[in-house]
Amino acid sequence: MVSAFFNHWLTQDALVLACFSLVFLLLRAGARNERWQRAWVRMKRDRAGLIALAFVLLYLTIGALEILRIPANGGGTRSILDVFTAGVATEKSYSAPLGDKLLDSVRGEKVIGRHLLGTDLLGKDVFVQMLKACRTALIIGGMTSAIYVPLGALLGILAGYFRRRVDDAIQYIYTTLASIPEILLLVAIIMCSPWGKGLGTMSIALGVTGWVGLCRLIRGETMRQAERQYVAAAHALGQTHWKIIVRHLMPNVMHLVLISAVLGFSNIVLAEAILSYLGVGAPVGTASWGVMIDAGRTELGRDPLVWWNITAATTALFGLVLSLNILGDSLRSAFDPKRS
Amino acid sequence: MLSYLVRRLLYAVPILLGVIFITFLLDNVMMSPESKASRVLGPKGTGAVRREWIHNRGLDQPLPKQFVNYVGNLAKLEFGTSWVTGRELREVFLKGAGPSLAITIPGFIAAFFASVGLALFQVFVRNSPLDRGLTLLSVALMSVPTMVYVIFTQAFLALGLSYFPAYGFGDVGSGMLRFIALPIVIFMLINLGHDARLFRAIFLEEMGQDYIRTAQAKGLSNARVLGVHVFKNGLIAIITLVVAELPRLVLGSLLIESLFGIPGLGNVLVQAIQTGDQPVIMVSVFLGSVLYLGAFILTDILYALADPRIRLS
Repeated sequence: MVSAFFNHWLTQDALVLACFSLVFLLLRAGARNERWQRAWVRMKRDRAGLIALAFVLLYLTIGALEILRIPANGGGTRSILDVFTAGVATEKSYSAPLGDKLLDSVRGEKVIGRHLLGTDLLGKDVFVQMLKACRTALIIGGMTSAIYVPLGALLGILAGYFRRRVDDAIQYIYTTLASIPEILLLVAIIMCSPWGKGLGTMSIALGVTGWVGLCRLIRGETMRQAERQYVAAAHALGQTHWKIIVRHLMPNVMHLVLISAVLGFSNIVLAEAILSYLGVGAPVGTASWGVMIDAGRTELGRDPLVWWNITAATTALFGLVLSLNILGDSLRSAFDPKRS
Repeated sequence: MLSYLVRRLLYAVPILLGVIFITFLLDNVMMSPESKASRVLGPKGTGAVRREWIHNRGLDQPLPKQFVNYVGNLAKLEFGTSWVTGRELREVFLKGAGPSLAITIPGFIAAFFASVGLALFQVFVRNSPLDRGLTLLSVALMSVPTMVYVIFTQAFLALGLSYFPAYGFGDVGSGMLRFIALPIVIFMLINLGHDARLFRAIFLEEMGQDYIRTAQAKGLSNARVLGVHVFKNGLIAIITLVVAELPRLVLGSLLIESLFGIPGLGNVLVQAIQTGDQPVIMVSVFLGSVLYLGAFILTDILYALADPRIRLS
């Protein structure tokens, strides 16, 4: 009953939309901060940063179109992206980009439609597959961020504000986690998880290992902020710890959270591809750039060789990671122009 | 100095215990003995066979007792055997370290010199279009997943043009060089982007210091300021950073080794991941952490030695 409710397309769509609105609301709340407004003024002059931002938004839109589902004609559901790409024909097997014949056909069998980036082993259009894989990247990136960003930011603020025992305990936890080689810890968590492999398990593993860097950063900045006079003034006026943290400290460290989240997203996307490649990531059959790159390994060794599948996946992945990295750098120099 | 060293070592003990606790939690608590037994024994392991397997490994004892046994075995360096091959894990790890180091040490040294050179050059031409272009290139190098480097070079340089063998390790001696050349270059490329960016930031920070202004004021050339003063002082920060990376060399590069068929630890780990060989992963987590902790301690000591401003007490 409960799982039927959660698996219903309407519930899932509502959840996705809720997540997007939450991110939007958070950004709007941040935009009221004066520091953010000054950063935005600087950011508007940074052409590379704006182009990167546009690309990131494009990827997000494509991913969202593939996540949102609507009922299909013959029962079941399909994504909005499916509706747009319904006209793209499925071939029998490989065909070259814009080629008119099937690749391995001796008799020179014609393809049904035109394919900008050719088709894969199962005859699916590579360009469409490449777009669909945005969904996996977005889901992993979103779920992982939803775990590690609040965890890292909150623990960082607590450690930096209360210091002493709280700080010792939090420092102990993250020093322990940081002294385990990251990729091995990830694999170990996924291997031992009772839920088996899958996108959810991967997000949880990436989430519980990924918060250390953010926590350290926020802890340091909170310590610096907590020594400023406005915090002392708030104390003197008798404000509670909770109010000082929420009203005064959080707004002043949030920009660091934003920058880390953007740069962290690019690491998550890369990690997803590598984990999927190692066989502990996305399940077989998921449209994922990592899975496509994995398939490309044998395809580059065969004759006639198939290069378009792996090239498409690599390009799409590279585009997203590069845009996120440039956007993150641009945000950093917009918020802190002295240090760049 | 000695008391500092002892204190630093003692500080590592609770962390190591924490690491062991995490692996124990994953290995013995999150996974039930039954599901473990059925994974190892396969479908034939039912009833009495399974119970015996669990009993022999002490998995039916209370958890605190299991934890004590677990710590005891690790302390005696008894790592158990692989689920898949049945081999002693101690030997597997000892044998795998050599080939990994044959790739990672030369690659690491090459990456270090290339990144330091690139970073110094970028600081020399700082804030010019060339500097911005090179920074963009560094970011681009970081944005490509490792396996893509390997797959493309394998396909074009090794299989297509036959400049290098695509797979294998060869014998020790002259033949080996041709096998490990490509993996070394790729290892270097993977690290170059990240390191060059980091080192550039370190050198730039050094450029803002007062002694640099003094050096410039007394009329030293830009090249001399960079090559002598900035380089020497930046190097302290860089070397301490780099030492923390050393454990990664022993573990090898998972993707490079498995794709090139180099019989190192990285390859062992990838095979363990793909076959679900849990003991191998758990032991590697433990050994990896020991190496990391050792490197952290070494970093602190080096830092204390290199920078007299840091007080040891």
